[in-house]
Amino acid sequence: MKILVPVKRVIDPYVNIRVKSDQSGVETENVKMSMNPFCEIAVEEAIRLKEAGKAEEIIAVSIGNQSCQETIRTALAMGADRGIHVLTEEKIEPISIAKILSKICEQESPGLVISGKQAIDGDNNQTGQMLAALTDMPQGTFASKIEIDSDKVKVTREIDGGLQTVSLNMPAIITTDLRLNEPRYASLPNIMKAKKKPIDQKSPEDYGIDVTPRVNILKVIEPPKREAGIKVENISELVEKLKNEAGVI
Amino acid sequence: MTTLFFIEHANGQLSDQSLKAITATSQIDGDVHGLIVGSNIDSAVAEASKIEGLTKLIHVDDDNFNNIMAENLTQLILNISEDYEYFLAAATTTGKNVMPRLAAKLDVSQISEIIAIEGPDTFIRTIYAGNAIATVQTSDPKKVLTVRPTAFKAAAMGSSECEISKIDAENMPSISEFIGEELTKSDRPELTSAKTIISGGRGMQNGENFELLDKVAEKLGAAVGASRAAVDAGFVPNDYQVGQTGKVVAPELYIAVGISGAIQHLAGMKDSKVIVAINKDEEAPIFDVADYGLVADLFQVLPELEQAL
Repeated sequence: MKILVPVKRVIDPYVNIRVKSDQSGVETENVKMSMNPFCEIAVEEAIRLKEAGKAEEIIAVSIGNQSCQETIRTALAMGADRGIHVLTEEKIEPISIAKILSKICEQESPGLVISGKQAIDGDNNQTGQMLAALTDMPQGTFASKIEIDSDKVKVTREIDGGLQTVSLNMPAIITTDLRLNEPRYASLPNIMKAKKKPIDQKSPEDYGIDVTPRVNILKVIEPPKREAGIKVENISELVEKLKNEAGVI
Repeated sequence: MTTLFFIEHANGQLSDQSLKAITATSQIDGDVHGLIVGSNIDSAVAEASKIEGLTKLIHVDDDNFNNIMAENLTQLILNISEDYEYFLAAATTTGKNVMPRLAAKLDVSQISEIIAIEGPDTFIRTIYAGNAIATVQTSDPKKVLTVRPTAFKAAAMGSSECEISKIDAENMPSISEFIGEELTKSDRPELTSAKTIISGGRGMQNGENFELLDKVAEKLGAAVGASRAAVDAGFVPNDYQVGQTGKVVAPELYIAVGISGAIQHLAGMKDSKVIVAINKDEEAPIFDVADYGLVADLFQVLPELEQAL
């Protein structure tokens, strides 16, 4: 079985976000970039399934500009076998990403697609569900546990208020939540080995997909700043303020 | 132009998240129809039919919807999608699971977790976990949206019922199966809907010490949360996590205990109405966003706080 893992390049989660002064977006020039944390979890899970003998090959896919190759290399260094880079300079939306991935699924016929539940830049939380729709596959979103049992996969999902378990016919799409695993760091020898692993370069046109955005970003602003309040001396002062000043208890 | 809003419910009660999110539909012109699904849910249906602003309630009484599977619910909405221009649901784990699947079936983009409606095709939403706010305009003919419940006030209940129309669940795909659910049993509210939250960070030192927070939470009727650092250290499970990669919350009162205030935690709680920080390090960044800061040893003051409430 093949596992397809889409990976996204995003601003590193520990970097302070700066909104551009012309309100056109968020500054990404000269900012540290990393693989989206939920995608890292997806790569890790695919590798664990391969290590457990449940999968033979892991294909990492990234869609975006030239530097997305680095993100694919990171996945290869962690343990993915080969990469597909779909090169585009367009600001690409989840629906277009899902369409490209659905074409890749047609060509590669993976038994599972494991993706992050959302990217921490756009916070859309859509691509996996959309890919499932386009391929008519079942979906197991926000996964905290994955168990393959012959032609079905059992997915434990993080839902509001607890956990839900579903069984999906394979092929299926799974999106990862935080508790699924703790991603490994790539070792130096594996980083060296990853340089020799193949990455196929494609374009959206190769898949016949029009990636023209449908959603226009009119402006991006900073959220209202919170002012630091006051320091209280002790608990009785705190409780008094919360009761009488803030009125929240 | 008609809007379809998916209404969630559990144990005969309408979801508080749905009641908040449905308020967003009042800013869209035209009729609003509610959709409610399940089997033997008469009390929830009766309640839903009284939601102010609804002109019609579509009720599906079918065993397929005892538990909601995205594959089935998407197909159900697709069956009636021709009649609607807007499709909305609360940004709950169900809404987030279903609405993108629906959008892709309709070949449109989905707009996630809107916090305001600017115009018929223009919406405001947060990106980068709330570190930036984007105004976006869609050119798609049909609009599929999820709504962040914390951004809206719960809809009022009217005194009379709206028209109720029953439809059948046809063409269910049956490619997935519900196995079971393990819901956290607690008398306390859920993190995402709690009015008060008390969260612990690395300063709690271990999982047992979270009992100190539990005791305060008990008094306040609060939910207990945690920073990523506390989750990473294994003190508490990940479903406690508030932050960019965990839950985004906006309660009336947020009490951060032993939390330094890393960016990714602030991103998950800085829309709270009142923030209290308790930390022994007076330089901790959490104090920059706190309305009330107390520089103190949490092990000394938490029992005091419990006593004082």
